[in-house]
Amino acid sequence: MSTIERRNVEGGQLRGARPRGVVLLGLLASSCAGEQSTFSPFGIEAETTLLLTWAMSIGFALVAIGVVWLAVHAYRAPPEQLDLKSGMRLVLWLGGVGPTLLLGAMLILSLPSMRAMPLQAEDLRVEVSGEQFWWRVRYLPAGGVAVETANEIRVPVGRIVAFHLSSPDVIHSFWIPGLAGKLDMIPGRTNELIVRATRPGNFRGACTEFCGLSHANMAFDVVAMEPAEFDRWLAVLAQPAAAAQGSGAALFQSYGCNGCHMIRGQTQASSSIGPDLTHFGARRSLAAGTLPMNPEAIAGFIRDPSAAKPGVRMPAFPDMSGEDAAAIAAYLQGLR
Amino acid sequence: MASSPPAIPDQNDPAVRAAQEDRLRAVWAAPRGLFFKWTDTNNNAVGIWYTVTAFGMMLFAGVLALIMRAQLAIPNNDLVSASTYNQLFTLHGSMMMFLFAVPIFEAVSVLLLPQLLGARDLPFPRLSAFGYWSFLIGGVFVAGSIFFGAAPDGGWFMYPPLSTEPALAGIGADIWMLGLTFIEVSSIAAAVELIVGVLKCRPPGMRLNLMPLYAWYILVVAVMILFAFPPLIAGDLLFELERLLDWPFFDASRGGDPILWQHLFWIFGHPEVYIIFLPSIAIIAMVVPTFARRHLLGYPWIVLAAVGTGFLSFGLWVHHMFAVGLPRISIGFFSAASEAVAIPTGVQIFVFIATIWAGSMIWSTPMLYAAGALVVFVIGGLTGVMVANAPFDWQAHDTYFVVAHLHYVLIGGMLFPLFAGLYYYWPLVTGKKLSDRLGHIAFWPMFVGVHLAFFPMHISGLMGMPRRVYTYPAGLGISTLNLLSTIGAFLFAAGVAAIVIDLLLSPRRPRVPRNVWNAGTLEWLAVPKTQDEDWGVRSIPLIESRYPLWDQPDFVRKVDEGRFYLPDAEEGKRELMITTVLDAKPLQIARIGGPSVVPMLAAVTLGGVFILTTFHLYWPALASGVAALGVILWWLATGTGIHPEKAEKPAGLGLTLPLYSSGPNSSGWWAMFITMIGDATAFFSLIFSYFYYWTIHPQFPPNPGPGLAGPGPFWSMVALALILAGWALTIAAREANARGRVALARLALLIGAAATSAGTVASLLGPWSSGLDPKLHVYPAIVWLLAMWVAAHAAIGVIMQIFTLGCSLAGRMTPAYDGDVRNIAVYHHFLALTAVVTFVVIGFFPGLT
Repeated sequence: MSTIERRNVEGGQLRGARPRGVVLLGLLASSCAGEQSTFSPFGIEAETTLLLTWAMSIGFALVAIGVVWLAVHAYRAPPEQLDLKSGMRLVLWLGGVGPTLLLGAMLILSLPSMRAMPLQAEDLRVEVSGEQFWWRVRYLPAGGVAVETANEIRVPVGRIVAFHLSSPDVIHSFWIPGLAGKLDMIPGRTNELIVRATRPGNFRGACTEFCGLSHANMAFDVVAMEPAEFDRWLAVLAQPAAAAQGSGAALFQSYGCNGCHMIRGQTQASSSIGPDLTHFGARRSLAAGTLPMNPEAIAGFIRDPSAAKPGVRMPAFPDMSGEDAAAIAAYLQGLR
Repeated sequence: MASSPPAIPDQNDPAVRAAQEDRLRAVWAAPRGLFFKWTDTNNNAVGIWYTVTAFGMMLFAGVLALIMRAQLAIPNNDLVSASTYNQLFTLHGSMMMFLFAVPIFEAVSVLLLPQLLGARDLPFPRLSAFGYWSFLIGGVFVAGSIFFGAAPDGGWFMYPPLSTEPALAGIGADIWMLGLTFIEVSSIAAAVELIVGVLKCRPPGMRLNLMPLYAWYILVVAVMILFAFPPLIAGDLLFELERLLDWPFFDASRGGDPILWQHLFWIFGHPEVYIIFLPSIAIIAMVVPTFARRHLLGYPWIVLAAVGTGFLSFGLWVHHMFAVGLPRISIGFFSAASEAVAIPTGVQIFVFIATIWAGSMIWSTPMLYAAGALVVFVIGGLTGVMVANAPFDWQAHDTYFVVAHLHYVLIGGMLFPLFAGLYYYWPLVTGKKLSDRLGHIAFWPMFVGVHLAFFPMHISGLMGMPRRVYTYPAGLGISTLNLLSTIGAFLFAAGVAAIVIDLLLSPRRPRVPRNVWNAGTLEWLAVPKTQDEDWGVRSIPLIESRYPLWDQPDFVRKVDEGRFYLPDAEEGKRELMITTVLDAKPLQIARIGGPSVVPMLAAVTLGGVFILTTFHLYWPALASGVAALGVILWWLATGTGIHPEKAEKPAGLGLTLPLYSSGPNSSGWWAMFITMIGDATAFFSLIFSYFYYWTIHPQFPPNPGPGLAGPGPFWSMVALALILAGWALTIAAREANARGRVALARLALLIGAAATSAGTVASLLGPWSSGLDPKLHVYPAIVWLLAMWVAAHAAIGVIMQIFTLGCSLAGRMTPAYDGDVRNIAVYHHFLALTAVVTFVVIGFFPGLT
C-alpha cells in the first residue's frame, strides 16, 4: 500500500506541476481540465515520459538559446574575426561532435523505457476493439468470466493490466494520455499495451488515428480504482441488468434497438453489433465521451444520433415520439 | 574535299558582336500570340509560370488552413461540418506537399539552374514544359475538387482501409490517387531533367567541387526524388487496383495488410521532408556568402552533410509508425537513426554561422528572412529530436505536438528560406528590387504569427488534443490555446498578404543595376529581361572558381563580349554545351528543342488517362492513352535525334566539338538510364511487397486451392526466355548497326520485336492458365500484378524496337547516328532485369516454401 500512497503523492505533485502559465492563460479551462493530459499522469509509463518531456524541453530550450545566441554573436563580431581554421573547428565540434554526444546520451537514457513491462498469467487482460466510432471493451480476468461493456475503461491501481487492441473496420489508435503512450488498433492484428495505474481518479482517453467523420467524437472515460473497489465493480458488471421499470423496456424491443444492442438478462436474441448497454446507466458519459449522461441527451441521441456524431452507424429514429424517447432514456439510465 | 578552317570571329569588333547578338536574339526569341506564347519551352518562361502556379497553390492551401483555424477557434464550433473539415485538412496537407513544396523547388530550379551553370537552357526544355503542364492540369484537378464537395477526405497519408473501403471513401480518394500520381510522374520527369542538367550541362572547368551549392543540393534532391517517389507510385498502383478492381492488397480478411501501405507511403514520405527542406537550405547557402562577403566556409562539410542527409533520410521512415506496434528492436534502431539525422543538419547550420562570423556581414531583407528561418527551424529541429525519441513519441504522436513540430520545420526550414530567396532573386528575374520596407512589414507579423499559432500547439497536444479533429470539447483546458493559435494563423496570413502586395507593386518600381547584391556566383551574370533576350549567358564561360564573379579577373566583361564558348548562333539553332560528368570537359554541342505545342498536348492526353479513369470512364481513358502514345512518338520522331548539317563546329577559344553524340556521352542516354533507375525502384517496391506478405503470413503462398495455385515454372520460363531473346537481339542490333551492317541490325530488331511481343503474351499466360483469381486473396493479386508489370514493360519495349526499326528504315538511324538503338538498349537491360527477378520469384518461389 505504501508504494501506492507514495505514487499518489507524486502524482499529485506532478498534477500541480501542470504548466502554470497555461492555467493562468486558461481562463476557459474548466475543473476537469487535465483528465486527458500527459501533464497529469496516473500510470508508470506516463510518469516516466513526463520526466523525459521536461528534461528534453529544458535541455533543448538551452540548446536553441545557445545556437541563436551564437548566431547573433557571429553577426555582431567584427568583420573577418574568425579565421578558416577556427571556423572549421567550430563546424566540427559544435555541428558534428556536440550533437553526436548529446543524441547518443539521450538515446541511451531513453532505451530502458522502450521495454515493455513483464506480464504474468494472473494479470488482468482487457480486449479493446476500436469501432467507428466507439469502443468495445471485454474484461478477461484470470480464471473469471469474460464481461463485455463499452466506452468506459476501469483499471485497478497498482496492478498490471494488459490491453489487447484490435479493430474490425479501420485503423484507430488507443490513447490514455495520463496512463501510457498510444498504440494503434489495426484490422487483422492484435497489439498489446501493458500498463500500471499509480493513483485513483477519473480520466479520459481518445482515438488518435484519423478514422472517419466522427474521429473527433471518439473518446472514452477511464476510471482508476483501488483494487478492492475494482474487484467489486467488476463483479457487479458481470451481473445481468437490474429488473426493468416503466414502459421503456418494451419500447426498446419494439423499436428494434435490441437488433444491435445487448442488455444482458433483458433482451432475447439480441446481437452485439453496437455497444453493450447492460450497465449503461452507471457510465459517466454517453456516445463515446461525446455527450453528458442525462435523460435529455440520451433521448436526443436516440432520435438523431448523427447530430452529435456525424457518420455514426446507428440509424436515426425521427418518427419516434418525444414520450417514447424519454421512456427509453429513463429505462436505459436505470440500468446500473 | 578539304575545307578551309572557318574564320575566327573577331570579338573586338563591335559590329561582329552586334551581329552575333542579333542572331542569338532571333534564335532564342519567344513565340508570340495569345495562344502561341504558351508553347514556349524556354526555362525563363516555363520557370516563371511554374513558380507563379506553385505560389498560387500555396496561397490556396493557406486559405484552407485559415478556415480550419477559424473552426477550431472555440470549442464545439459549427462553422464547417465534419465532412468539410476532413476535406480541408486533407487538401491542405496534400496541396502544401505535392502542389507547393515539391513543385516550387522544381520551378525555382528550372528558372535558376541554367543561370547557375552558365547554360542557355536545360537539356530537355520540352520536358520541363511537359512537367509544368502536367502539374497545372493535375493541380487544378485535385484542388478544384473541394468546390464540388468531392475533395479527398482521408488525410494526406490516405491510410487504408479508411481510404480504400468504397463505403467510407468516395471519389475523393481516387482524385487524390490518380491526380497526384500524375503529378508524381511529372516530378520524376523534372528530377531526370535536373540530374542530367547538373551532370552534363555544366560550363567547362566547373568540376564537381566547383559547383555552386545550389546545384549540389539539386543533385541530391533530384536523386532522392528518383528513389522516393517510385515506392509511392507502386503504392498508388496497389491502392487503385484495390479500389477499382477489388484486389485485396490492404484487406486483412483476404491476406492483405493495411500496414504495407504505411511502409510504402513513409518510405516516400520521410525523404519527402528532406526533398522539401534541402533546396531551401540551398537558397540560404547562396544568400549567406553574398552578404558575408566571403566564400562559404566549409564547402566540403556542407556538401557531405547534404549527401549524408539524403542517405539517412531513407532510413527513418518507421518513426512515423512508432505507434503501429512494430517490434521494439526495430523501434530502437529507427529511433537512433532519426536522431542521427540531426547531426548533418547541425553541420549545415554551423557552416552558416561560421561563414557569418568569418565574413563582413551586410544586413539585408533576404538575411532577415534567413535569420527568421534559423530561429524557427532550430525549434522545429529540436522538437523533431524529441519525437524521434520513441517513448516521447508514443505520447506526442498524432497530437497537436506533431502539428506544431512539422509546421516549425516546414516554415523555418522551407517557407522562410524561400522568402529569403524571393527577396534575393527577384531582381535577377525581374530587374526590380522588392521593397525592403514592405519586406520588414511582412516579416514581423509572420515571425510573431508562427510562434503564436504553433507554439501553443505543443502544449495543447500534450494536454490531449489529437490531430485531425474537427472540434473539441470545452472541458479539456485547451480552448485558450486554440484561440491563440487561430489569432497567430491570421497574423501570419497578414504577413503573407503584405508579401503578395509587395510583389504586385513591383512592376511600378524602378529598375536596378545588374548583380544588385554584388554576388560572386554565376547566375548574377544574367541581365534581367529588357527585351525578349532569353539566351541566358552571352558566351559560356570557363570556370576556375566557386565564385567566378569575385575571383576571375574581367570575368563579366569577357562573358559579355563573347570571349568564351559559343558566342554565336550561326546556324540558327538553340545550342547547349555538353560536358563530362566529373570534370566538365567539353564533349559536344547539343541542339535542343524550341517552342512547341507537343509538351502541352502530351500533358493533356496523358492527364486525360488519369482524370477519365477517376470517373471510371475506361474507354475514353484508353482512347486518351492511345492519343498520348501517338503524341509522344511524334515528339520523339520530330524533336529528338535530328542529324546536324555538319559533324562538328568551332565552339570558340579554338575548340572544335562534335554536334552529335550517342551512348553515355549524350544527354539522352543519361535521361533514359536515370528514368529506368526510377522505374526499377518502383518495380523493387512491388517485389518488396511480395516478400512483405511472405513475412507476415505463416504460409505464403497459401495452400493451393481453386484460384490460388501459383503460375508455376513453365510459362514463367517461356516468358523469361522470350524477353531475354528480345533483349539479346536488341544488343545484337546495336552492335551490327555500329559495324555498318544495317540490314542485319534491322533483321535483329524485327525478330527481337517478335520475341518480346511473344514474351508479353507469355508473361500473362502463367497466371491466366493456372486460373489465379486476384480478388480471392492477396497472393494471386500480387502475382498478377508482377506479371502485368513485366507485360506492360515488354509491350513498351516492343514499341521501342519497332520505332527504332522505323528510324533505321527512314534513314534517321545510321551507323553514325545511332542514339535511338543505344537508348532502347538501356531500356531493354532494365526490362531483362525486371523479367529475371519477376519470373524467378513467381515461377519458383511457391515451390521453395
